[in-house]
Amino acid sequence: MLPLFPTWRATLRHPSALETTRKRPAIFAYCSDPSVLDGLPWLSCYLTTGKHMAFYASFGTVLLLLAVTAPTALLFGLGGAMAARARFALLRWFGKGYIAIVRGVPDIAFFLFFVIALDQGIEWLRHKVKCPDWTEPVRQGSEFLVCDIAKMPLSSSPQWVHEVYGFWVAVFTFAIVFGAFAANVLFGAMQAVPRPQLETAEAYGMSPRQTFWRVLMPQMWIYALPGLSNLWMVLIKATPLLFLLGVEDIVYWARDLGASKTARFTAYPHGDWRMWYFLALLVFYLLFTRVSEVVLARITKRLSRGQATLDGESQRKNAGSTT
Amino acid sequence: MSCIDTIQSYAFRSLGFGERMLPRTDFTLCEHFTLIGSGMIWNVYYGVLAILTGFLFANLLAVAKNSNSRWARKPAEWFIFLFRGSPLFIQFFFGYFLFLSLKGVSPMFNPLTSAALGALIVLFLNTSAYSAEIFYGALRSIPKGDVEAADAYGFTGWFRFRRIMFPTMMRLAWPAYTNEAIFLFHATTLVFFSGFPAWRQKGDALYYANYFADKTFNPFVPYPILAFYFILLTLVIIWIFGVINKRLNKHLPQAAVKKLKIRPNLIR
Repeated sequence: MLPLFPTWRATLRHPSALETTRKRPAIFAYCSDPSVLDGLPWLSCYLTTGKHMAFYASFGTVLLLLAVTAPTALLFGLGGAMAARARFALLRWFGKGYIAIVRGVPDIAFFLFFVIALDQGIEWLRHKVKCPDWTEPVRQGSEFLVCDIAKMPLSSSPQWVHEVYGFWVAVFTFAIVFGAFAANVLFGAMQAVPRPQLETAEAYGMSPRQTFWRVLMPQMWIYALPGLSNLWMVLIKATPLLFLLGVEDIVYWARDLGASKTARFTAYPHGDWRMWYFLALLVFYLLFTRVSEVVLARITKRLSRGQATLDGESQRKNAGSTT
Repeated sequence: MSCIDTIQSYAFRSLGFGERMLPRTDFTLCEHFTLIGSGMIWNVYYGVLAILTGFLFANLLAVAKNSNSRWARKPAEWFIFLFRGSPLFIQFFFGYFLFLSLKGVSPMFNPLTSAALGALIVLFLNTSAYSAEIFYGALRSIPKGDVEAADAYGFTGWFRFRRIMFPTMMRLAWPAYTNEAIFLFHATTLVFFSGFPAWRQKGDALYYANYFADKTFNPFVPYPILAFYFILLTLVIIWIFGVINKRLNKHLPQAAVKKLKIRPNLIR
C-alpha cells in the first residue's frame, strides 16, 4: 500500500488537528452515552459526531475546488488558445506546446508532478529572494533544502495555514492541467467559427483585434460548449484526486471513518464500513453528474439562440411559426 | 553496479523476480529507467486484458442499449451511466472494499482482493461501459440505406448483424475507440493509488516513479521518464489500432476514410 500522503506534505501535519474535531459536544442530548443506544438513535448520534461533520464539510471543499478551478482553468485555456493562434512564433510554440503536452501522458502523473514542482518552485524563488547569501546548493543528494524563512508556509504557522496553502497548490495544479485541456477545446472552437463571419468583419474594416473580440469571441462559445461540457464532467470526476495531493477531502474522510473501530478508541465501535462510505461517494458523484447533464443541456439550448448552427436555425424557425 | 547488472536485477522486479530490495540511496538514472520500465509490465497487463475482455462485453451492452425491449435496454443504460458517471478512482476504492467484505463471506473470494485480479475486474467493467457508449453511438449512426439493403436481400437477425451492421459499427466507432484504448492505458496508473495493495512492492510504473520522487524529493527525473514510457506506449497503441483501422476501411475510397484524431478524454 502506498503512503496515504506524499511524504513531503505528510510531515507538515499536526497530529493535534484531529483531536480538536473529536472533542466537540454532541448535537443531540441523548448522545451522551452511545453504548446504551440502539438502531436509529444510535445511527443519528453516530452520523453527527465531530468527525462526520468534518466529512460533510469536505464535500464543501470539493465544491469549492470546482467553483474556483473551473473559471481559472478556463482563463488558462483562453490564454493558451490565444497564444497558440498568435502571430509571434515563440508565443505560438508555447501555446501549442502547452496544448500538446497533456495528450501523451497519464493525467495523475501530471498531478503528482506539478504539486511537488510547484511547491519546490515557490520555495526556491522565496529562497533566492530572502536568503541571497546562502551558499550551499538547494539540492543535496536526496534533500531539498531552503533557508527557514523561505519555507512555504512557515513551519511556525498554524495548522489552518498549512491546509489552506495545500488547497491552493491543489487548485493551481488542477488549473494548469485542465487549462491545457480547455485550451485544446477553445483552440478548436476558434477554428470552427465559419470563415465568412470573420471575412465580413474584415470587410467592414475591423482591425484583427476588433474582429477577435467582437466577432470571434461571442460566436466561438457554442462550438466550444460540447467540449467544455465534457471537460466539466471530467473535472467533476477528477476531484477525488485531491486526495492524492494531500488535501483532506471526501476520500480521506471516507477511509478514515469507514475503517473498523474498537470500543477502546471510540464511543461508536463498528466493523469495516469503508465499502458503505465509498458507496455513498459513488452515489454523490452519480447525482452530481446527472444534475450537471441537465443544466448543461439547458445552457446549450440558450447559447444556440441566434447562432449560425442547425440548432440555432431550428430555434429561429420555431419562434417564427408561433408569432 | 553497472547498468547491465541493474537491468538484470530489476527488469522483472515488478513481477517479483530478481533483487528483493529496491534501491535506497544513490539512485542512478539507469535504476530509474529499469524499475519504472519494469512497472510498465503491469500497465500493459491491465490495459491489454481489460481492452480484450471489455471489447466483447461492450458489444453486448451496445446491442442491449439499442434493443427495443425494456428489459434489455434499461439494465444496459444503468450500467453505462453507473460506470461513466462516477470517477474510476472511487470505483477502485469501492471495488476493493467490496471484495474485502466478500472475503469475509467465503475464502473463495480471496484472489479478488489482489490487485492483479480485483483491479482488472474494475477496469474491465469501466472500459466496457465507456466502449459500449462509443459502440452504441456508432450503431445509431449506421446509414439506414445499408440496413434497408440488407432487409431487401432477406438478411435477418444474427446474420444481418454479423455481416452488415457489425462491420459498419466497428468502422464508425474505431477512431473514438482508439482514444478510449489510449486513456484506458493511462487509467491503469490509478490502480496502486486506490487501496489495492502492492504486495512486496510489486507495483506499476507510477508506483515506482512515485517511490523515486518520494525518496529523492525530486520529481523532475522519475515523472518525465514515466511520461517517456507512456508516450512510447501511446504510439504503439496508435500504430496497432491504425493497422486495424486500415483493414476496416479497406473497401472505401481512401479520401472518404476518417482520419484518426487523438482527442483528450482524460480522467475517467
